[in-house]
Amino acid sequence: MTLPYVPNTDQDRQAMLATIGVASVEELFADIPPECRVADLGLPPGLSEPDLVRELTALAERNRPVDSMTCFLGGGAYRHFIPSVVGEVIGRSEYATAYTPYQAEISQGTLQTIFEFQSMVCELTAMDVANAGMYDGASALAEACLTAVGVTGRRRIALLSTVHPHHQAVVRTYAFGRDLTVDVLAPESLALSEEHACLALQQPDFFGCFLPDVEALEKAAHGAGALLIVSVDPISLGLFRPPGEYGADIVVGDGQSLGSPLNFGGPYLGLFACRQQYLRQMPGRIVGRTKDAQGLTGYVLTIQTREQHIRRERATSNICTSQQLVALAATVYLAAMGRHGLRQVAELCYHKAHYAAQRIARLPGYSLAFDGLFFKEFVVRCPRPPSEVNRALLEQGIVGGLDVSQYVENGLLLCVTEMNSRQEIERLVDALGEIGGSA
Amino acid sequence: MSGGPRQPDIGARLTFDLGKPGRVACSLPACDVPAAELPPSQVLRRELNLPELSQVDVVRYFLALSRLNYSVDTGFYPLGSCTMKYNPKVHDKLASLPGFTGLHPLQPLETVQGALALMYDLQRWLAEITGLDAASLAPAAGAQGELTGILMVKAYLADKGEEGRCRVLVPDSAHGTNPATAAMAGFQVVTVASDKQGNTDMQALASALDDGVAALMLTLPNTLGLFEPNIGRIAEMVHSKGALLYGDGANLNALLGRARFGDMGFDIVHLNMHKTFSTPHGGGGPGAGPVVVKGHLAPYLPTPVVGQDGDRFVLATPERSIGRVGLFYGHFGVLLRAYAYLRTLGVEGLRQVSENAVINANYVLARLRQAYHLPYDRRCMHEVVFSGSRQRAKGVRTWDIAKRLIDYGFHPPTVYFPLIVDEALMIEPTETESKEALDAFCDALLAIAREAEEEPQVVKEAPHTAPIGRLDEATAARRPVLRWPREGADAP
Repeated sequence: MTLPYVPNTDQDRQAMLATIGVASVEELFADIPPECRVADLGLPPGLSEPDLVRELTALAERNRPVDSMTCFLGGGAYRHFIPSVVGEVIGRSEYATAYTPYQAEISQGTLQTIFEFQSMVCELTAMDVANAGMYDGASALAEACLTAVGVTGRRRIALLSTVHPHHQAVVRTYAFGRDLTVDVLAPESLALSEEHACLALQQPDFFGCFLPDVEALEKAAHGAGALLIVSVDPISLGLFRPPGEYGADIVVGDGQSLGSPLNFGGPYLGLFACRQQYLRQMPGRIVGRTKDAQGLTGYVLTIQTREQHIRRERATSNICTSQQLVALAATVYLAAMGRHGLRQVAELCYHKAHYAAQRIARLPGYSLAFDGLFFKEFVVRCPRPPSEVNRALLEQGIVGGLDVSQYVENGLLLCVTEMNSRQEIERLVDALGEIGGSA
Repeated sequence: MSGGPRQPDIGARLTFDLGKPGRVACSLPACDVPAAELPPSQVLRRELNLPELSQVDVVRYFLALSRLNYSVDTGFYPLGSCTMKYNPKVHDKLASLPGFTGLHPLQPLETVQGALALMYDLQRWLAEITGLDAASLAPAAGAQGELTGILMVKAYLADKGEEGRCRVLVPDSAHGTNPATAAMAGFQVVTVASDKQGNTDMQALASALDDGVAALMLTLPNTLGLFEPNIGRIAEMVHSKGALLYGDGANLNALLGRARFGDMGFDIVHLNMHKTFSTPHGGGGPGAGPVVVKGHLAPYLPTPVVGQDGDRFVLATPERSIGRVGLFYGHFGVLLRAYAYLRTLGVEGLRQVSENAVINANYVLARLRQAYHLPYDRRCMHEVVFSGSRQRAKGVRTWDIAKRLIDYGFHPPTVYFPLIVDEALMIEPTETESKEALDAFCDALLAIAREAEEEPQVVKEAPHTAPIGRLDEATAARRPVLRWPREGADAP
């Protein structure tokens, strides 16, 4: 079998080996000791393209995508509308098959879109500077904590207990590396000391709630000389005030909502923005605007002395990627949604989630677990264990919420976005009513 | 050009500058539920400064920019250490099947069995290809795979009561991520010199190895494109001192189907799906950086790994797991392309890949060795590193040679890396380039070598044909403009 991805013919190979000056290809592998070589591996035999398509399609068909059902599941991954222009742009080979724009003269497409992205993230969060993107919201939060450690020289990280548990877990993994202590604090009993590098909170929090007194948290953090890190849902910033307006020093978030499909959890996108004075401690790629000798405007990778390829063990992070194609999707998404579209999406989420919450709260046996302001997610207490509720919903083709009963008794975290029609909400309410009635 | 229209300053106009109040690029549904009362205005956003464009504006803007990019699909991209191979189009089609893109990571496991089966098989195949025992697909990229691996080393040694091992050895030819990673995991970095043949200096290694060493991080083949013939001895030395051998799998393309890390004595390896396994580089991500380990380290893998419970696939947390490294399970959308690639290749295909990658690199070596200095004069594996030192003597830097290659229609190789080669030019052709493509590239580099002798100014002022000239990077770093100048007042 000749691979369609290898153009050399036998004749080419012979000619090349002659130029190289060897009789056989085995001579080129002569440095590999014989005891390290293998002849065969336990892998299935290769497939032709039609057979590959058949096999992968069959695997895809063994899944039930949420789009084929009615979905109220969020918890860190969200189903939002993706305009067709997003797929059209990121599908362009010129973007998808390029690499990190080391050679600026032939990478202006990637570089300028990164500059657009940085600008949009700054606008959205009301921060001074943003990097080109990170792996996901959880690792962006962990890196933000390390940035705060670098800035303050302190070795304790304070996380609010209402930060997404997966984000907390990633912060703990990164903290283990640097031998840092992580304190998980409840907002109502916040004890920050001068050992804390930062206070990290999520707004809205894991349970969908806005923290009632973020000003007090900001004062507590800054009063202790710690940085305030805020993790956001970028869609919520279409409607709600940005963290830059309530004193955040670093803003992070997951950008999957901005034009990327669910993709079974990845690739997603880490957003990272901060105040100007922390620029040189930031992790990740940064693009700046400059000029060529003719005076034409162009873009380059810049402030690179923070990075691993220059600074090695003294770099601010080991990260290389900017999750570029996902960041491009977010850039096109924000350009397409624009000033009014993003606000409209956020308002649709807000109104639909509130409608669903009010309807469910009126069902016998159900209640809202928290008072106060929320955006698109909320926790309902169910009359039965949420795992049973979800199972019964699935039988009706509804993907229910996230079972959060380990934090809230019989708690089910539901998410409603602009993708959920009123009819779907009514179906959910009716189904929950039936399930609750048979408790 | 005189008399014609002035070249447009494309870079000066962002979407923010192109918009006009009242334009929209997509239509959203009307609200079909009764409106809820909005919260008080002090918690609401006052203004949102995003552009207002029509749909055609959006498409034309981003397509115009795309044309300023060089990419694998538009030409030869021999960036050393990056393995810029061609990315099969069928993978993109398969990755966009709704049965994959529409899966929520938290939906019930019985509704995602196809996805889990795919991940389970990929874990097994990566273990088989590397000769190791267990894999995690969770790390988001090569650098995160490294961090994951080194954190596992730390946790493993702590369990053995060997916290005193606080140093990680890194050869002077290593990628910058290796020392940066070791530092992120709390280790001190000790650099180990290379010898005159480009191998690890065995004496330097012996003197650096003591019972304070946690691991040696080794790239194989190394970044000079050379295989360490002493690898067996190195593994013995590392293990005899109670340390672990970490493999940076960035250059696995050279070894596919021929030699395995596990058989050579490596304990942990991270792989780069976007290099060896042909997933698109995306302009700088998303990649994926699975970690593969020997059995004694399997309990430390990050959570979750895909396991089997009867005939069901499940997500499991290894017993002594270092925890979570990302929000969910890694870059599924990238991993499934790697799966499709492996499913297409089989063992025979893997061997064709490594064979042609190595032939291509050695062919470039043979054709250019008269014109460029070859600091390590031996056969290479998948990439070859030249030095521009001869040209530098004429006042032409490697940087200039790189820029001149743009005029000849090629993406330049990696330059000034590895750090141990003066004026380095690191060329990795990959197996997906034809002899004709390599000949054209070599002809260009030979022509540039002549230009460097005869008319160096042409090289030093290159590129002459790119969409933009050399950019003022010094000013960019000194007086950074990092976002759209909102007030309209453009900096310098």
